[in-house]
Formats: sequence, structure tokens, C-alpha cells
Amino acid sequence: MSKMLKRLCQLSLAATIPFLSGCDMVVMSPSGDIAIQQRDLIIVSTILMLLIIVPVIFLTLYFAWHYRGSNTSAKYDPNWHHSTRLEVVIWAAPLAIIIALGAITWISTHQLDPYRPLDRIAEGRPVTAETKPLRVQVVALDWKWLFFYPDLGIATVNELAAPVDTPINFEITATSVMNSFYVPALAGQIYAMPGMNTKLHAVINHAGEYEGFSANFSGPGFSHMRFKFHGLDKAGFDQWVATVKQNGTALNTDAYLKLEKPTQKVPVTYYASADQDLYHRILNMCAEPGKMCMDEMMHIDMTGGAGKESHENMERLKYKAAPIDEYGAPHGPSLNDAPAAESSMNTGAPQKEAMATTSGMADMPGMSHGDAHGAAAHSKN
Amino acid sequence: MFSDPDIQKMIFGRLTLDAIPYHEPILVATFAAVAVGGLAVVALITYLKFWGPLWHNWVTSIDHKKIGIMYIILAIVMLLRGFADAIMMRLQQAIAFNGNEGYLPPFHYDQVFTAHGVIMIFFVAMPFVTGFMNFVVPLQIGARDVSFPFLNNFSFWMTTAGAIIVMLSLFVGEFARTGWLAYPPLSGAAYSPGVGVDYYIWGLQIAGVGTTLSGINLIATIVKMRAPGMTFMKMPIFTWTALCTNILIVASFPILTATLVLMTLDRYIGTNFFTNDLGGNPMMYVNLIWIWGHPEVYILILPAFGIFSEIVATFSSKRLFGYASMVYATCVIMVLSYVVWLHHFFTMGSGASVNAFFGITTMIISIPTGAKLFNWLFTIYRGRVRYDVPMLWTIGFMVTFTIGGMTGVMLAVPPADFVLHNSLFLIAHFHNVIIGGVLFGMLAGVNYWFPKAFGFKLDEFWGKMSFWFWLIGFYFAFMPLYVLGLMGVTRRVSQFEDPSLQIWFVIAAFGAVLIAIGIACFLIQLVVSFRRREELKDETGDPWNGRTLEWSTSSPPPQYNFAFTPIVYDHDGWYDMKERGYVRPLEGYIPIHMPKNTGMGAILAFFALICGFALIWYIWWLAAVTFVIMIGLGIWHTFNYDRDFHIPAEEVTAVENERTELLAKQV
Amino acid sequence: MSVTKIDTAEKPQFYLTEEHHPEGSTNLGFWLYIMSDCLIFAILFATYAVVGRNYAAGPSPADLFELPLVAVNTAMLLFSSITYGFAMLQMERGGKAETLFWLAVTAVFGAIFIGLELYEFVNLIHEGAGPQRSAFLSAFFTLVGTHGLHVTFGIVWLLTLMTQVAKHGLVPANKRRLMCLSMFWHFLDVVWIGVFSFVYLMGVVG
Repeated sequence: MSKMLKRLCQLSLAATIPFLSGCDMVVMSPSGDIAIQQRDLIIVSTILMLLIIVPVIFLTLYFAWHYRGSNTSAKYDPNWHHSTRLEVVIWAAPLAIIIALGAITWISTHQLDPYRPLDRIAEGRPVTAETKPLRVQVVALDWKWLFFYPDLGIATVNELAAPVDTPINFEITATSVMNSFYVPALAGQIYAMPGMNTKLHAVINHAGEYEGFSANFSGPGFSHMRFKFHGLDKAGFDQWVATVKQNGTALNTDAYLKLEKPTQKVPVTYYASADQDLYHRILNMCAEPGKMCMDEMMHIDMTGGAGKESHENMERLKYKAAPIDEYGAPHGPSLNDAPAAESSMNTGAPQKEAMATTSGMADMPGMSHGDAHGAAAHSKN
Repeated sequence: MFSDPDIQKMIFGRLTLDAIPYHEPILVATFAAVAVGGLAVVALITYLKFWGPLWHNWVTSIDHKKIGIMYIILAIVMLLRGFADAIMMRLQQAIAFNGNEGYLPPFHYDQVFTAHGVIMIFFVAMPFVTGFMNFVVPLQIGARDVSFPFLNNFSFWMTTAGAIIVMLSLFVGEFARTGWLAYPPLSGAAYSPGVGVDYYIWGLQIAGVGTTLSGINLIATIVKMRAPGMTFMKMPIFTWTALCTNILIVASFPILTATLVLMTLDRYIGTNFFTNDLGGNPMMYVNLIWIWGHPEVYILILPAFGIFSEIVATFSSKRLFGYASMVYATCVIMVLSYVVWLHHFFTMGSGASVNAFFGITTMIISIPTGAKLFNWLFTIYRGRVRYDVPMLWTIGFMVTFTIGGMTGVMLAVPPADFVLHNSLFLIAHFHNVIIGGVLFGMLAGVNYWFPKAFGFKLDEFWGKMSFWFWLIGFYFAFMPLYVLGLMGVTRRVSQFEDPSLQIWFVIAAFGAVLIAIGIACFLIQLVVSFRRREELKDETGDPWNGRTLEWSTSSPPPQYNFAFTPIVYDHDGWYDMKERGYVRPLEGYIPIHMPKNTGMGAILAFFALICGFALIWYIWWLAAVTFVIMIGLGIWHTFNYDRDFHIPAEEVTAVENERTELLAKQV
Repeated sequence: MSVTKIDTAEKPQFYLTEEHHPEGSTNLGFWLYIMSDCLIFAILFATYAVVGRNYAAGPSPADLFELPLVAVNTAMLLFSSITYGFAMLQMERGGKAETLFWLAVTAVFGAIFIGLELYEFVNLIHEGAGPQRSAFLSAFFTLVGTHGLHVTFGIVWLLTLMTQVAKHGLVPANKRRLMCLSMFWHFLDVVWIGVFSFVYLMGVVG
């Protein structure tokens, strides 16, 4: 099956290359095993459908030409309108294709279920018992990404890294509105939703720098809600972790609550340590002190609620929200929160000064950035 | 204005002078253009002394033909607005590279794409579809009007009131910045406290009342008012698709209404249906809105299928191939459209079996759709095809829609959807089917039924120009979006970093310009045809050698449609009559029972508009007053028992004799 | 197959020589309206089913609902349906005064129902269990409140019809309208049975 896939894939790529040379179709040439299988699926389904699409388009154009009014030599049969045999064919042909495609869909949907732990890191390379996956907890904030590495004790903003050929187990949530976590080179996307935990299992097979972003509209800062994903070799990854630990500060509740406020074009930020239960509290919408966590609330609800005398619970459950539609409005908060940061990204200038001007983040204790790595990360620019 | 802010708040709610965007040059210019244009129209109407006829013959008219025409005019006007939004987005995306922020900051860009989606679906495609069903269905089934003519007028004006509310947001306040389906929590009070989402809600709710009532009306019409002899399996295909569409409307728009009510309650009184906290569940909104939203897609496409079926048979000079199979396919699509909604959010994490189920049901829809395509194909087979403009649109549709169908099935495979969801590939796909399917169908329909509505054909040259610019423009505008989707570009982004994307956006913008020329050609076509109306005149009532009953009466048809109710023996009723030597009766005319015009529909809709506006701006007293007035007027209207009259036999005789003379001149 | 063989020799009658009278569409149209309304209730029920147990660490149905009151309320609505039935019987017999009497009784029962419901709502809000308290209470108030609004609207409609019957008598147009309101009224009864069992009974017992 997979051999055939490969051949088909090469064939179809060969067919499209003349038209598309010069553009980087990341979806069609990804670097992670999951995304590669998803790409193959696109190709297989396209080819299956072309079996019927091509004849239909050809026949449409041919019939339209052949039976034109001026062609009196074409057969004309104004009352011919039924043929059981033909009708069987026109229902059966699409049916056959859909049966094939449906079978592929059923199998592949289960195989590539993002919730399912990986059983291979690439074709012919199964995951073994000693393979230790990398756990990453992702939080979509307005409008930046926060990544926790619970096993390493570190956290980062707007930069994600992982060693190649190591399964990555993502847990994903959001703080305010719905986003979608998507690194096209790595694997398909999954929604990031407040108060909910979605999962994604993926692996990156080639070292490199890849684009990640939110794929679900989330307000005025959405366009810049991007991050770099670094696929690094073992040594590179260890070095990256060391850089984060060396240059980062602590991500405690205070630092988080400041980070949570809507900002955009936020530069890469490292945290050498992060509160152990912070992700859990973010997920349960109780990062702010004094709030009741959703899991506690759900537990109370399961046991029949808290009765009539429970008014204080309501205040403890009210989630504070920033009216993000005011950003960029003529009378609302300014949209360009971090203009200096943007210009420094282009020049590759040291990030520390740039951050000092970032409104809403200027007084954040945890702001720091590794210059050594910063240079590498932006070397492309 | 008032020194006491409380009093000002009581009188004007949250409406202040700041809501008028006089500091936005683009909007001021637009407003000036609209104001000048509006004044010019008012002046012209006054100059031509048209106010009386406008009120008596159009605004208060309960004639389904006039209401149908008004729906289509509404659709064309709103198409211009929706397209203006589209070309603004194309321009923004073509220039916003390398740190250039473009000319539309997110505050505007996000409104523009939301308004584009809302307007194109609710106020272009829906009025087009409803307009055609209104105009054509009673004529095709040999009826004098719809079942509930007053309701029909009311429905139209409610739809228009909804459209006006959405247009008002341009000049007073702002529109939603949430995307066309306004997913919470983003659209909730916590994150979008402004008036934008409220404009969205009330615009759709008011228009939705009209849509639902019109759906009920047309089902009753099709089921109860068919000419004798017209069994269900002898109904013209367009009427069949209209029936299925209206069943879908009645069985899905209440879902939209209820869902928006829940969102309204969340925003206005602080309930917790779709909030993040206190037990709310935003995912429920996404499910509910798509349980309406997917059938909505078929509400739009089924009538277009119907139009193509009529055109392909007429212009191939041949019976439609596989009538029964066409009918079954339509019904199957109608039913299946309710069990596929989850394919709009496979990425929510519903689990593999759920995703696979909805993926497969989605693919199954392509089977009846494919069968339809083959039916059109084999209708052309052994036909004698005349390439008038409607047929060109049909061929353009068959090719374009097939491609859109293919990419749609690709998106239905959940793991493939994970990489394509929300990307420009998806945008390209649904424009491929909505432009290539619905819009091509509507423009084909305009060219096809225009002579029936106005008594003269549309100009051929400009019609063909319009077609080619649209078709080529479409491919230029949307094929690059497929490529961009595969390059991992997501939708609703207004500024880009990767310079290699720019060329594709520039090509797409070029395509949009071609489409703009196509629209201009269409407008020129209308003007030119009007000026050449004497040359293009159709006095036969049957300019295309048509097959269904609407072509048996005069163009434009008399108020009563048919002097004598036809008896039908075949689904190509009029073709059958012509084949068997039908002779038009020349005497024996009888008085015809008709409903009376009434202004109540327009008046009620006017108050609904004011009430909606008051609710958007929290002007509670005005909302209460207009609501009470609406209820009062509604009750008052029920006290009017004198709602119909008879057209005297002499008048019928005079009208018919005039036609007899015209027909005699033809020979 | 639907297709009739076209025999060119045969020339049947192609039109009616007298006026065509299609049967009335009102009943069908009104049924369709009720079905669409039913769908709105279906969504509200579904919403209640999804979030009905999200008490947000607050009161649950067992803490809030007073079944005896609801039972009285239900009885009022059921009685009103019966009395509407009596009104329809009288209408069939042509008794204008009797019809009006039974319609008035129906309106009174309806008004008592609404009054009791408002009393319940006010009590709940007073206890801090308003629609803002939790998703469960949002869904409860919306479902029951929408039904209540329908009944209120039904009463207004009923009074309008009583005026019209008083003015014009039991003319066919009025009979048709009474028939439509009858369907509407019984429909609300059916919905209430659903609310009573699904929301109140299952809430307290289940």
C-alpha cells in the first residue's frame, strides 16, 4: 500500500511541479511523519476522484462541442431520455469510488487520530518501549503561544523546539477564545479551546525551522499569532534547553497573569522554570488566585450542585475577560503593542532593549532572551 | 448634546456621535457616494412622478412575480456591496507584505471579511434563490399566485429590513469582527462588547423571519396549488428543487433562529449558554450553527441545480435525461444534508469514529450529485445545443462545479482536513462551488427568465462578455488560493511575512479585477438591453422554445398568470401541449379571483427595522414602542376580512385579445 | 416511470374552462409553521439536555423546583386545552355565545398558568437562582420562558379572535382562525408535557 502511495505521490508531484516550481508547498512536502501520511491521503483521494472527474470534464466539453446546434451531422434524438443501463452506471460509478474512498477514510481517520499515541516515527521505524516521548503543553493566549515542557521544567513564548524522531505529545488549551494549533510541516491542526484539553501526537523527522501559527480566527492580533518550530537533533535540542534555562526567568502566577493580557507581535521569551501546576490551572481557568477551578466545579456538579446558598461560588467562577474587540477600534486600546519588537526582528538587533518598550510587558520580570540562540533563530532574516 | 449623561443614555442608549465614522476617509467617501446615488434615485423618481406607481405596483404588491423581481434586485444590489468587500480584501492581501501593513488595519479588515460572508450568503444568494422560486414556481405549476400572498410581501420586506440593518452598520457604528458565523466566545459579550455582533444578530434574525415564512409559503404553494394533472412526478425539476429547498429552509432556519436567540440572551441578559465560565459550552454553538449551516449550503445549491436542469433541456432541445433519477437525487441530497454538519469542525477533537462517520456521510452526498451531473451530460448527448447565454453558464458550471466537488470530497477525509481546514484551500473550495454553482446558476437564471419577466431578451454580446470575464476571472481569483492553501496559508490573515506568497495573491487580485469587469458587463448588459428593448422584444412568450408552463403565457405574464388554468399531462407540460397541437382559447373568459394589494407587509417590516436598530443601540424605549406597534398593527391587520377581489371577465378578455393580436402579428 | 408516452394524434383538454379552486392551504401552512416552531423547542430541549447538569457549583433542580406548584400549573394548562376543545365543539354546532364562553374560560386558565409561572420565576430570581447563575438555569429559564411567551402570545391571539367572533360571528374565516389557534394551543400543551416530564420530573426525581 505505502509503496504504491509513494509511487503515486511521485507521479502526481512530477505532474504539478512545472506549474508550481518556486513555491514551497509545505502541505505537500512536510517533514513530520503524520503530516506526510496526511499528504499521501490527499494525493490518493485526489487520484481516486480524478478517475471520475477527468472523464466527466472531458465528456462535458466533448458533448458540448459535438452536439452544438450547427453540427447537423451529430445524431439528434429529442425524445431519448431514459436508459436503465446508463442510469445504473451513473449511480454505480460514483458509488464505487466513494466505497473505496470511504474505506480509506475509515481506516486513515483511526490511524491518524490525533489523540492516538504514535506507533511509528517514520515508515518502518516503530516506536519502541524505551522511546520516551517529549511532552509539550500548549496554551493559545491573545495573541501569542505559550509552551510548557513539563518534564524539563521550562516554558517558552512563541518558540517551540523538539528533537527529531522523538514522538511529541501535545496537550492544547486556550485562555480566551478559540484558536487552532497548526504546524503544517509537523502534523495537522487541532483546535485550542478555553477550558478544554485537546491532544495531538506528532513527530518531526527532519531538522529545520518551521512555521507554526493559529489557524482559527481569534481577533485583531490573529495575523501575527505565529511562532517558529525548531526541529533539532539531539545535541541541538539539549543545547536549546540549556539556553532556555540559562537565559530564562521564572514563570510564576504573577508573570503569567501579565503575559495573559492581550498583546501582539510578542518576541520570543524564555522561562527557565514554570510553576508545576500552572498549565492545569490555566486549563481549568483558575490561574488567577481565588478562582474556583473548573474540575472542582465539575466535581461539585456531579454530586448534585452546591445548593441554594452558594452565591460566593458564582463570583469565584466568573472568568475575567478582556474585551478584545476594542483593540484597534478608533477609541479602543492601540493595536500595535510592540512596534519596536517588530523592527528588531527584521534587523536581528538584541531583543532585550526591544522588549523594554513593549507595552504591557515592559515590567514583566521574566523577560529575557538568549542572544546566542536569538541570532540562530533569526538567521534566516 | 445633553448635559446629563443618564438622560442621554436613556434616550439614545449607547448611540453617540462617535458611532458615526466621520474620521474614516473610505467610509465617508462611501457614504457620500451612497448619499449622492440615493438622492439621485429619489430625484429621478420624483421627476418621473413614480412614487405613486412605486407604492401601488411594487411596494404593496402581493404579486409573486413582482416580489420575485424585487428579491432579485435586492440580491444584485447586495452583490455589489459584497463584491466591494471582496475586492478590498484581495487588494489588502496583495500588498500587505514585508512589513507593509496594507491599507486595512485588522479593525477594518475583520469587519470586511465578516460582512462579505454574511452579505453574500444571506443577502445575495438567499434573495436570488428565493426570488427565482417566487417568480418561477407559481408559473411552472400553473397557479395564479402563492398560497399566502400577503405573507410573501411581508417576507420580502423583512429580508430587505435585515439587509438594511447590515448596511447601516457601515455608517453607524461597526459590523461584527468575528467571521460570518460569529463563533463564541469571540462573539460573546465578554470579548466583543461592541455593537458589531448585535448588528449581525438582528440583521439575521429579521431576515430569518422572512426566509422561514417564505419557505412555509412556497411549500404550501407547491403542495396545494398545482394545476390539475400535475402529480408530484410531473412537476418540473426546478419546482422539485424548490420544494426540497423550502423543506430545508423550514427545517433548518428555526435552528438558526433558536441559536441566535441563545447568543442574544448571552449578550443581552448575561446567560451562560456559550460562555467560557459558569457551565457554558461554546462548542454547542458551533454544533448548532452548523446543523443549520450545512443544510443552508444545499438551500443555495439545489435551486441552482434546478435552474441548470431547465436550461440544459431547453437549450439542448431535448427531454431531460433521467427525470426520476434527478428527483431522487434531489431528495437524497435533502435528507443527507442533515447528517454531515460535523465535517465543518473535524479539528475539534470529536474522536476518530465520529469524524469518520461524518466524513463518509459527506462523501455519500457526492453520489447523487455526481448522478445529477451525468444526467445533464446525457441530456446534452444527442441533443441540438443552442449556445445562448444561459447555456454558456451551464457548461461553465458543469466544469467548474466538478472541480469544486472534487476538492470538497478531499476536505471530507478527516486526516486530510486536519491540514486543509481553515486554509485558503477551503476558501477556494467553497467559492468554487458557491460561485461556480450558485452564482453561475443565478446568472444563468437571470438570462433565462428575464424575457419572461420583462418581455424582452437580454443583450447577447454583453451577456457573453460577462460570462467569459466571470469564468476566467474566477479561475484567476481562486486557483491561486488552492496553491496558497497547500503552502499552509490560513484564512482571515491580513498581513504576511513570507514574500514568496505575494505573487499568488497578486494573481488572485487580478482575477478579482476580471470578475469586477464581469459584473460591470452584466450591469451594462441590463442597460443596453433596456435601451434596445424594442429590438429584443419577445412577443411570443416563448423565446427559447421552452418546455414548462411558464412559457405558455405571455411575456410578461398578466397579473393572473393564466386566463385558464392549464391541465398537465407531462413534466414538460408546455412542450407536450405544443407537440400535440394545443390551440390557445380565444373566448369564454371568466372573472378571476385574486388577492388584494396591501402595504401592511412593508409597514411591519419598517417597524421591525426600527425595533432592531433600537435593540442594537440599547434604546430600550424605542424598541418597546416599535414592538408594541408591530403587534398592534399585526392584530389590526387581522380585522381586515376584505382581502380579495375578482378581475372582471371583460378585463381578462381585453388583455387576452391584445395578446391574440400580438401573436397573430408573429406569423 | 412518470413519463407518459406522447401520442401526437390525441388531443386532450389542455385547460379548465371554469375557475380552478385549489383546496385551502391554510391548514398545511399552519402545520408547517408549528413544525418549525417545534424545531425551535427541539433546540431548546437539546440545549437543556447538554448543559442541564452544569450547575456551576450552584443549585440543582432538586434544590429549586416545587413539584406541587408545577403540578397545579400543569393542570391549569391541561384544563385550558379541554376547554378549548369545548369551544371548538360549540363552534361546530354554531353556538356563538357558547363558543365565546369557552374561549374566555380557556383564556382565564391560560392567564393563571402564566401567573403561576411568573410567580415561580420571581421566586427563583429572588433566591439568587436567576438565568445568569449557571448554564443549567440559563437553559431552564429559556426553555420554560419561551413556552410561557408562546402561551402569552396565544392569549393575546385568543382575545383577538374572541373580538372577531363577537363582531363577525362564526363565519368561515373565523372558523379557520379558531382551528389554527386550536392547533397552536394543543401544540403548546404537548410541549409543556415535555417540559414537565423532562425538566421538572426528571430534574427532581432523576
